[in-house]
Amino acid sequence: MNTIATYRRVFFTFVRNSLVRDMTFRGNFIIDTISSLCWAMLNVIFYQQIFRFTGSLGDKTGWHRYEFYAFFSTGLIINALVQMFFMTNIDEMTDMIRTGDLDFILLKPIDTQFLVSLRRIEWSSLANLLVGIGFLVYALTQLAHVPGVLQMLLFLIYMACGVAIYYSLMVALGASTVWMGRNLTLYDFWFYITTFSRYPMEIYSGPLGYPLRALFTFVIPILIVINVPARMIVWPLDSRHWPLAGFALLAAIGSVAASRWLFQTALGSYRSASS
Amino acid sequence: MLHFIILRISIAERLVYRVDFALGTLMRFLPMVTQIFLWQAVFQGMAGSGKSVAGYSFHQMIAYYLLTMVGRAFSSMPGLAGGIARDIRDGTIKKYLLQPVDMLSFLLMGRLAHKLVYYAVAIAPFALVFWLCRGFFGGWPDAVTLAAFAASLVMGFLLGYFLEATLGMIGFWFLEVNSLLFIYMLVSFFFSGQMFPPELMPSFWPALMKAIPLQYLAYFPAAVFLHKVTGAALARGLIVEALWVVFFYMSARTLFHYGVRRYSAFGG
Repeated sequence: MNTIATYRRVFFTFVRNSLVRDMTFRGNFIIDTISSLCWAMLNVIFYQQIFRFTGSLGDKTGWHRYEFYAFFSTGLIINALVQMFFMTNIDEMTDMIRTGDLDFILLKPIDTQFLVSLRRIEWSSLANLLVGIGFLVYALTQLAHVPGVLQMLLFLIYMACGVAIYYSLMVALGASTVWMGRNLTLYDFWFYITTFSRYPMEIYSGPLGYPLRALFTFVIPILIVINVPARMIVWPLDSRHWPLAGFALLAAIGSVAASRWLFQTALGSYRSASS
Repeated sequence: MLHFIILRISIAERLVYRVDFALGTLMRFLPMVTQIFLWQAVFQGMAGSGKSVAGYSFHQMIAYYLLTMVGRAFSSMPGLAGGIARDIRDGTIKKYLLQPVDMLSFLLMGRLAHKLVYYAVAIAPFALVFWLCRGFFGGWPDAVTLAAFAASLVMGFLLGYFLEATLGMIGFWFLEVNSLLFIYMLVSFFFSGQMFPPELMPSFWPALMKAIPLQYLAYFPAAVFLHKVTGAALARGLIVEALWVVFFYMSARTLFHYGVRRYSAFGG
């Protein structure tokens, strides 16, 4: 059997096992679903109130109510995907590094990063994913501009790039546990860092805003995670967006490569804590 | 004397993690940076002059968010309700039944120590951030407002403590309360005014949000400082807050009283 087929089979086994596990603790699954939906709803309420008072975010930025709703939905979808596939796994990885349980993973005849990244699928994030898609469709139907097939395709490609960048950042944070122990949990770090990517990059303006925008675009490229796919779909394609779009592709590939390298290096420094 | 000893031990315990505290506090201000830029964009997008959102100017809005962080530094009780529920579930709670220590007072001293150490370490990052953001504040308020602000913060601490303790006591009746606590956390984030000032909501919502005790955890102290609540309304607000503290003190005591009667500890 070839390698890709093996990995595919292992992945679908994870998918199935996780579903069986989630359905075993059904009450917990329902509460998890409700709480993540509540959080999304609270945000919608907040943005609804904001747009009662203002026409757009920033002056002449083009981020009016429904453009921003599409942006927010894009973020919801990307975050739901990251939470569904990677969040719990990478958080568990940091625990495994601290407790020495990573030993058992290292013994398995499969790529370690693949195994620690995808062992568990959080099915409860599916609700947020569906709400994100639903809200995106609603926002797009309210826009004057109707996105074409090419735009949809680019949107999907750049969403994948966004997920890849988030994933890489998460792996980098998780792998650094090997050297640093930890002060805050991965969830805390994640929340504080990704908070910068939750809004259109145009809001970062002025003498402090521009350096911040540059930092989170070019050094830690989290600002492009939602911004690039969102602008592929809310406005007609425009050559002004190509440089950023080109950079987003490079950033996604670079991030995955860098996190892979960091993960391998971290494994080299891993000293089993248990023995 | 006993309470003083508990306080001293708890302070020593907390000081072990002082670097974590300082780092954690600084990180907590990061979302504030985004909030400043978001609100700047909101106000830029508005037409006309003399812009205000629900009675808040741009500067007041940022000052509001900064002040709710101070309010939450007093009223937030991370892990309190979950900890009580866990102690009930795994049987640790029986130590309070066997030893001559009252659980609510013991945990209150622990929290007080936690807060004192927290302020001692967090005062530096807080002072730095407030100094950097001093332009958002229109100077110091008068002495009466400051005194009312301080009173609302202290009562916010007590309210937060007894409210969370009451929630934790539910563990006597339900085995799994973590999910419930998470939903409470979301609800309180919204209704306490930490997410945004209640005035932003339409129709009956602001009145509803201000009728619920959760507003004292974040909104009320900030509103006092910003002169949004003055005169008779201020006095009334402080009295109602004090009554809520008494209410939750009584409810925590009552639930504990009835809870231990149906509690059964197994194992060694």
